[in-house]
Amino acid sequence: MVVAIDGLSLGAIYALIALGYTMVYGIAKMLNFAHGDVIMVGAYMIYTMCTLTWTTGGLPIWAGALIAFVVAVVVCTVLGMTIEKVAYKPLRGASPLAALITAIGVSYLLQGLAQLIWGADQKTLAILDKLGNLHAGSYTIKWSSIITLVVGAIIMVCLTLFVKKTRTGRAMLAVSEDKGAAQMMGINVNKIVSVTFAIGSGLATFAALLYLPTTAISPTLGSMPGIKAFAAAVIGGIGSIPGAMVGGVLLGVIEVVCNSIEGVASYTTAIEFAVLIIILLVRPIGLLGKKRRVKV
Amino acid sequence: MIMGEKKKFKISNYLNYAIIIAFVIVMIIINSTVGLGYSDKSTLPRIAFSCILAVSLNLVVGFLGELSLGHAGFMCVGAYLGCYIANTIRAGGSMPELLTVIIAMIVGGFVAAIFGFIIGLPALRLKGDYLAIATLAFGEIVRCIFKNLKIFGGAMGMSTKLYNGNTLYILAFVVLLVVLFCCQNLINSKHGRAVIAIRDNEIAAKAMGINVTFYKLLIFIVAAFFAGMAGVLYGSTIGTIRQETFSYNYSIEILVMVVLGGMGSINGSMIAAAVITYLNIVLQQQLSGALAPVKNIVYALILIVIVIFSNAPAMKSFREKFNPKKLFRRKPKTPEVAEAIERKDEAKWDRIPTKIDMDEVLSADTRSNYADAPVPPGADVIPMERSKDEMYRPIESGKEEK
Repeated sequence: MVVAIDGLSLGAIYALIALGYTMVYGIAKMLNFAHGDVIMVGAYMIYTMCTLTWTTGGLPIWAGALIAFVVAVVVCTVLGMTIEKVAYKPLRGASPLAALITAIGVSYLLQGLAQLIWGADQKTLAILDKLGNLHAGSYTIKWSSIITLVVGAIIMVCLTLFVKKTRTGRAMLAVSEDKGAAQMMGINVNKIVSVTFAIGSGLATFAALLYLPTTAISPTLGSMPGIKAFAAAVIGGIGSIPGAMVGGVLLGVIEVVCNSIEGVASYTTAIEFAVLIIILLVRPIGLLGKKRRVKV
Repeated sequence: MIMGEKKKFKISNYLNYAIIIAFVIVMIIINSTVGLGYSDKSTLPRIAFSCILAVSLNLVVGFLGELSLGHAGFMCVGAYLGCYIANTIRAGGSMPELLTVIIAMIVGGFVAAIFGFIIGLPALRLKGDYLAIATLAFGEIVRCIFKNLKIFGGAMGMSTKLYNGNTLYILAFVVLLVVLFCCQNLINSKHGRAVIAIRDNEIAAKAMGINVTFYKLLIFIVAAFFAGMAGVLYGSTIGTIRQETFSYNYSIEILVMVVLGGMGSINGSMIAAAVITYLNIVLQQQLSGALAPVKNIVYALILIVIVIFSNAPAMKSFREKFNPKKLFRRKPKTPEVAEAIERKDEAKWDRIPTKIDMDEVLSADTRSNYADAPVPPGADVIPMERSKDEMYRPIESGKEEK
């Protein structure tokens, strides 16, 4: 029970990050390697704003945290859009490898800047941890896990509704289906790509907030969850939004279950990636991915 | 090619060997007269094994056209198993150190090659980004397993014997020469051309009877073998093999060398690998403390600028203007052509050009060659009545749409 809830909540975090990867891949057909580092920047922003509002502002904890979170979302969204404009947009139409390398460059750049600004030492910030535990019968469950699960579920439902019901969302679907045709139908592709990056980065900030209870903040905070979420997106079928959710939850559950078994725990990473490789071998397009026909 | 025709001996094909040999000789001379510093002695082998890694990854990325992010994983396998064998040999008997390291390199290479075969199998089914994540996953799996295996030292790392610092760099560069020789001959052979054909168009290559499965696996195996050898060299340079070194960041660093050097250019990879490795070491020594991240920032900015400059569609005209190959290329020397260029000649048509004519004109360097192109017999010669603009427009706009 506890393992299940923890697994689902970690899965929700992975799913949130994976959504950022998968949406960007669907729209811009590129791997945004810097996505994990946007999470890192989000975490640092939350940390900085929290300490600012709590110590110098003298605000109550919840108010400070709220302000910090809003600021972090804004900063990350702007950051995501800036990265897209400066680094990726000039390369649209070039080979996907070029975009990938640039993304790696942006990732290094963000890590370097974070280290320069905030230093290399680890920082910890406990917002959600302060909530303590929920005692339900014989089980003890962390409130942070429950909140993560609930928030993650709400965001995913909202995102699905957004993509299915709104004009912008459907425009995004159209662009991911066929960029040229979408453009001919009067969709502003550049705007849609920008919006996608903005949403992806905003989700990354949510992920950062929810991820904070389990980790310390360091310049490389984003890389491992970034890679794992990327794996989750691929497991689910990259480009597919429900796929990212399924993949994320699957990976989160696997991680927590493996971590809870004595002797297997140290091999958790290997098992997760082995699952990825096996799924790719059996079904190269991912669990919920769409098959694309190869044209000669 | 005509049967029995001998290959032309071109100096430019062997220039890179000569440069490396000359470089090593200069280093040996410096070492025996002035004496190389300790840091130089550890820098040189690093440059050599970086070059080996970059050249071997270039086989996969540049020539086969598959993105691999697990090259450090192969290196990791080679380093651990090769050095483990070396340690066993050292414990067992009194074999000369050079032979021990060579055996270790071969063993490390073979074990890495087996893994190359294993990771090459998914490469047959996966494409592009999917393969990238699969290879990345492989690298992380390898790292995670070595972290937990007690016989390889676990998380503390496995200690290896340092090779004699005075001769290690010579050994490393000799290995580099061997790797270079193998790669260059592989690429310039029939097999190399088959690999390039697969990169350019897999379906067409398959249709021409090229065994895609065989060549994909071959390239993965060869690249992994060399990476494994580089791993053993690494082990002999560093003293303690730690699995953290081989994280996907290292794979990416090798990939960056390949991309900056130019994909599909072996010499380019070597130059980029040497420069990046040297800069890395120097910057690491110079920038310490609070300034350490500046290295990453500079590195990242250079990477982004170079990639955007050399790939962005918007930069195309700019690139062509400053293309070094074009700047140094000799101008066409036939007097008529030179004259035509001088007076900015344009094609004078006495008939409405056909699509074939237009394609020829558009693909040629100057239009003057076709001013008096012979009209094929039987072709309809239509006198020129409409203005030139009218005739050009529909055909050219058709071209642009392609």
